[in-house]
Amino acid sequence: MERYHVTFPHIGNYCIPIETFFRNGLNTEYVIPPPVTRRTLELGSKYSPDYVCAPFKYCLGNYIESIEAGADTLVQTGGACRLGYYGELHEQILQDLGYKVRFVNVDMRGRLKAVNYYNAFKEINPEISVQQIAMILPTVFKMVECIDEAEDYIRRNIGFEKKQGIMNSLHEQYLQDFRGLDNVKAVREKHAAFMKNLQAVEIEKPSNPLKIGIIGEYYTIMEPFSNHFLEKELAEMGIVIDRWMNFTHSLLKKSKNKIRRSIRAYARYDMGATSMSTIAKALDYAKSGYDGIIHVKSFGCTPETDAIPVLLNIHKDYKIPILYLSFDTQTSETGIKTRLEAFYDMIIMIRKDKKQHERVSRT
Amino acid sequence: MKIGIPRAFLYYKYRHLWENFLDGLEIETVISPETNREILLRGTNVAIDETCLSSKIYLGHVDWLKDRCDAILIPRISGMGSAGTVCTKFQAIYDIVINTYRNDEIRIVHYNIDDGFSENEMLAFLKLGKALHKKKSQCMWAYLVAKQAQNAATLMEEKELQQLLDGSKDKMKFLMVAHRYNLFDRYLGEPVLDILKGMGIVPLIADYANSREALRRSENISKSLPWAFNKELVGSIDMLRDRVDGIVLMSTFPCGPDSLVHDVLIRRIKDKPILSLVLDDQESKAGLETRLESFVDIVTMRKKMHHLDGGFIWNDTM
Repeated sequence: MERYHVTFPHIGNYCIPIETFFRNGLNTEYVIPPPVTRRTLELGSKYSPDYVCAPFKYCLGNYIESIEAGADTLVQTGGACRLGYYGELHEQILQDLGYKVRFVNVDMRGRLKAVNYYNAFKEINPEISVQQIAMILPTVFKMVECIDEAEDYIRRNIGFEKKQGIMNSLHEQYLQDFRGLDNVKAVREKHAAFMKNLQAVEIEKPSNPLKIGIIGEYYTIMEPFSNHFLEKELAEMGIVIDRWMNFTHSLLKKSKNKIRRSIRAYARYDMGATSMSTIAKALDYAKSGYDGIIHVKSFGCTPETDAIPVLLNIHKDYKIPILYLSFDTQTSETGIKTRLEAFYDMIIMIRKDKKQHERVSRT
Repeated sequence: MKIGIPRAFLYYKYRHLWENFLDGLEIETVISPETNREILLRGTNVAIDETCLSSKIYLGHVDWLKDRCDAILIPRISGMGSAGTVCTKFQAIYDIVINTYRNDEIRIVHYNIDDGFSENEMLAFLKLGKALHKKKSQCMWAYLVAKQAQNAATLMEEKELQQLLDGSKDKMKFLMVAHRYNLFDRYLGEPVLDILKGMGIVPLIADYANSREALRRSENISKSLPWAFNKELVGSIDMLRDRVDGIVLMSTFPCGPDSLVHDVLIRRIKDKPILSLVLDDQESKAGLETRLESFVDIVTMRKKMHHLDGGFIWNDTM
């Protein structure tokens, strides 16, 4: 029997666990979408409605490039915002363009999400066995957790490498090694070995480095191309970067009630999609003495723009600088760089002021 | 006590419910005036740049009301139950206003409809009444009366739509597909309606169609549509497309749901000419007139061709 060639849009480095899931859980081939480039975005925005958010355009670009690479079954999941309706329009656009592919859209309506997913999987491959899916899921989840843990460490330390580039090449190798693993034990072992290597990389970290927290919209924060490699840019300035938002925290270990309680003073109700964790993390960074916060989103993202009035109040209460970056298809590389540099200068100045202030008050 | 109601967003959907409920509780109400340049400016001053024009207008109305009443009514709705979800804006608007006006001592009264409990509108209103220190029995009575008034108004709207459909047989009819808060806003939709009426065209309000049937029939056009308000509009197209000459889609920049839904509609409805208008606060009246006039010309031409060729369908998208 011919195997289906399934694909799912890029988001960060999660294509590897996703590939494992489709290959080992659903018995299909998986086409990893070609890396996101300028062309991806251009293809996507050419056929998308004008003022739809940028992630829609990236996903569409991914689909077209994946079809070119041999995919015949495209998958889209839903979400709490506009994302919930992405799939149907993606399918329509691709159909209008004349691509003969199957499009499987996980229907997010109704309360029983697991049933919706099962139905979608059944559509992807009618001969699936629940047992096989259940067998691979722990491995997939473990992979996600490991990738997130590793990237967390890298974000905090990559700006201080003695010899630049080692962490990156280790990381690339690590992701490659993950492909093809099919049990939790192997993943855990590989991860432990990698973390050991990673921690052995020599770093020169000042005792009290600049710290910046990144918050914002789900896709733009996790897909480096769509935020113009913001994290890399910051690391090069020698900054410790923290980002809470990842698959582990948003999908595997949800803590919605805890988050809501923690920001009760600022928001009484759930403001939709990722806005709650954005606010909660901003508050967290402010309280734990970070030097600044960067808020990233795609242009027009409703839940994230709605969170801004709250962030402005957090800024007022804790005097923590917040930089608001909004990305769309036209955002210029230089513009972002200039703003980041200005932000960097500002937080350094605030640091110096604080030090002086402390000295004065001591004497 | 005087409660202010912003004339924006859901006011256009629930005005009878709100006004009659507060009236039944013997509470005086102030409703902000029709949107004007001043209100829009107030809104753009306090709102975040990137939010949609409709929500800027909403904040403009809140801003106008803040010194003119004792409390402002700002409901929070996070879903319409089985009908579908709503744009996250309606979920967030209560906290947006609270955070925007944190330093001005304004009082806000609200009712909250959570997604899981959306069928319990009554409970939400009883809670609102309690917060206003009214007796439960009075609140219950006021709610039931208000609900009746709202239902009656909805019936009248359906009737009006039917009359327009039946009564203006030889006039050109356009289906106006837009959220009420855009279509009936003095600053946004009303100029469009006026221009069309001035050209002798009958604009039909899509949202007047029976909402239960519209919700059901929206699946004929789009299956996975999550937003209830958009489903009602899309369903009404399925109900009325055969009886109109053209369809006008209207949204405000950059409306999240409309950005996707309108593209789906343009791609799927091939038998009627569609005009898609996106309004922003820069729109000049002359530009709007030109676009509407040329659309009317196209529809007229198409009608003539259809007439001459006896059933020829000019399958072209606008």
